[in-house]
Amino acid sequence: MILESKKIWKNYAIGLVWLFVLLWPLLGIHDDGSLTVGRAFRVWLYVLVATFLCLSLYLLHKNDILKWVTSPMAKVRNRVTAAAGALPNWFWVLSVLTGAVLFPLFSHRYAQDVAINVLIYVCLGLGLNIVVGLAGMLDLGYIAFYGVGAYTYALLNLQYGMSFWVALPFAAFFACISGCIIGYPTLRMRGDYLAIVTLGFGEIVRIILNNWMELTNGPNGLLGIKPPGIYYPSFAHGFSLEFLYLKKLHYLYYVILFLCIFTIVAVYRLNYSRIGRAWEAIREDETVAELMGVNTFRLKLLAYAMGAIFGGIAGAFFSARMRFVSPESFSFLESAMVLSMVVLGGMASIPGIILGTFALIVLPEVFREVELYRMLAFGAAMTLMMLFRPEGLIPAKRVGTRSEERGG
Amino acid sequence: MVDQPILELKNVSSNYGNIRALKGISLKVFPGEIVTIIGANGAGKTTTLMTICGIVPLREGEIFYMGEPIHGRAAETLPPLGLCQVPEGRRIFPRLAVEDNLEMGAFFRKDQDEIQKDMEIVYSLFPVLKDRRKQHGGTLSGGEQQMLAIGRALMSRPKVLLLDEPSLGLAPLIVRKIFEIIDDINKKNRTTILLVEQNANLALQTAERGYVLETGSIVMEDDAKILLNDPRIRKAYLGE
Repeated sequence: MILESKKIWKNYAIGLVWLFVLLWPLLGIHDDGSLTVGRAFRVWLYVLVATFLCLSLYLLHKNDILKWVTSPMAKVRNRVTAAAGALPNWFWVLSVLTGAVLFPLFSHRYAQDVAINVLIYVCLGLGLNIVVGLAGMLDLGYIAFYGVGAYTYALLNLQYGMSFWVALPFAAFFACISGCIIGYPTLRMRGDYLAIVTLGFGEIVRIILNNWMELTNGPNGLLGIKPPGIYYPSFAHGFSLEFLYLKKLHYLYYVILFLCIFTIVAVYRLNYSRIGRAWEAIREDETVAELMGVNTFRLKLLAYAMGAIFGGIAGAFFSARMRFVSPESFSFLESAMVLSMVVLGGMASIPGIILGTFALIVLPEVFREVELYRMLAFGAAMTLMMLFRPEGLIPAKRVGTRSEERGG
Repeated sequence: MVDQPILELKNVSSNYGNIRALKGISLKVFPGEIVTIIGANGAGKTTTLMTICGIVPLREGEIFYMGEPIHGRAAETLPPLGLCQVPEGRRIFPRLAVEDNLEMGAFFRKDQDEIQKDMEIVYSLFPVLKDRRKQHGGTLSGGEQQMLAIGRALMSRPKVLLLDEPSLGLAPLIVRKIFEIIDDINKKNRTTILLVEQNANLALQTAERGYVLETGSIVMEDDAKILLNDPRIRKAYLGE
């Protein structure tokens, strides 16, 4: 045991030295060429103290010295999880839903804005989850469908004055078509090759949007897109139906909440259907899926098209909310962002993806003061994730739940 | 042998990458038989099965199933016709539950009641699978995985079952058991079985007829009993 802790401390010391070597150029070299050690040393010292405390606690815990604290804590935790497990699933779903519906009543503009962002990305994450989590195809150009959806609504609205709700199916349809167009030639490939090709197609879509001046107005973007509207009954001068543009932020929040719930239900149904099982079989072993009579090409194309549909819906809402679209919203970085949400939350797990989206949208907002270190923290978080929870924050119970639900 | 062969390969050649793995092999399987193909590593046994199933493209020759040509058909159209393979190394779906693995075997079927009935039949054949039906396929032991792979193929109600090295990497006792079940499937359901094996002794004891494959060509074919007593076979494959 002592020998083991010696080894741990040795590795820890090496890690600290390495961290300093890494930190110093980051913090110690200034724009004007001057070199200082003070700042880097201070940050390094903080890290040292924090990690030293964590490591000591961990080692003490491992040697059972902290038993008098941890055992009552474990008892409490077990009791809480047991109580939580006793409540039915619908209770949790309902309480989250109520919280989401009541949210705009006691929050200000800024919080609503962030919440709308979260919900948009939840739609995107769930759409991408069909392709990546279920069918197991790495797609690095997913944001292209988001762009197609956004531009479809923008153009239909500006050119033909089509309302949001009428244009929404069109946005989904065009995203689906473009998914098929991209998918048809690429889905014969597997693994890394597919990832590279989808990356290329994603960029192609962005470059087309950027250069087709006549249609998309190029990098200047499209302005003056109308927000979604609804008819509501009015009794001011007898009975009539009045048209109302949903310009207020909390109205928009409810629109995206509705779209998001629609997406969640649809993805959930797909997940636990016969098609969902076939997608998972393809992810596990494509050749054997084929031997079992699964038309793998058609199902992969279906997965791609389905993912694209939800991307398109999210895109249409995005342009309706911003009332402006330009190609720079659909860069590769966005694709990477959505993909990290899926991976961080837990592939193929719906609650996981929702949580992952929260983590990646809300946390950067909370820690705005230290924005400079966002990428650093992001990298560190991802590394820690891969070490401690490689399956994601809430790993998919895939199999288990599905079979249990059948009540066998 | 008045019957028409249920599965017939005529002069079949195919490539594995750039290597010609099969050099014009011909074989016949009659309804209700167990036929075995034995051969060493790299003789082309797996390629033969993968060519029949349409995974490895056929270069020359013809394949007939129930009198119809099936070469050039997409792989996924064969299980509905009653031609199903248990691939080498089991290859179950590791992160799907045992139950879902079995349901994947019946993917193309729509008759839910019959599927449930078949699942019960598979469970009665392999009771251990019933105990573990909620578990991930990947958590089963090697023998259990082989049973699952066979059960999954049975879910498609095959007329011809292609088995690729069911004994691979299993303890001798479990291999015996698997072979008993294979025999059972053949006797009870009159399922035709084409068995590919390295374990020549056991394969020839179970089968009625056998083919010997060597570097992509069939070098011998005869009744299994005759092959079992052939001095050349005994020397090359049975270690005498």
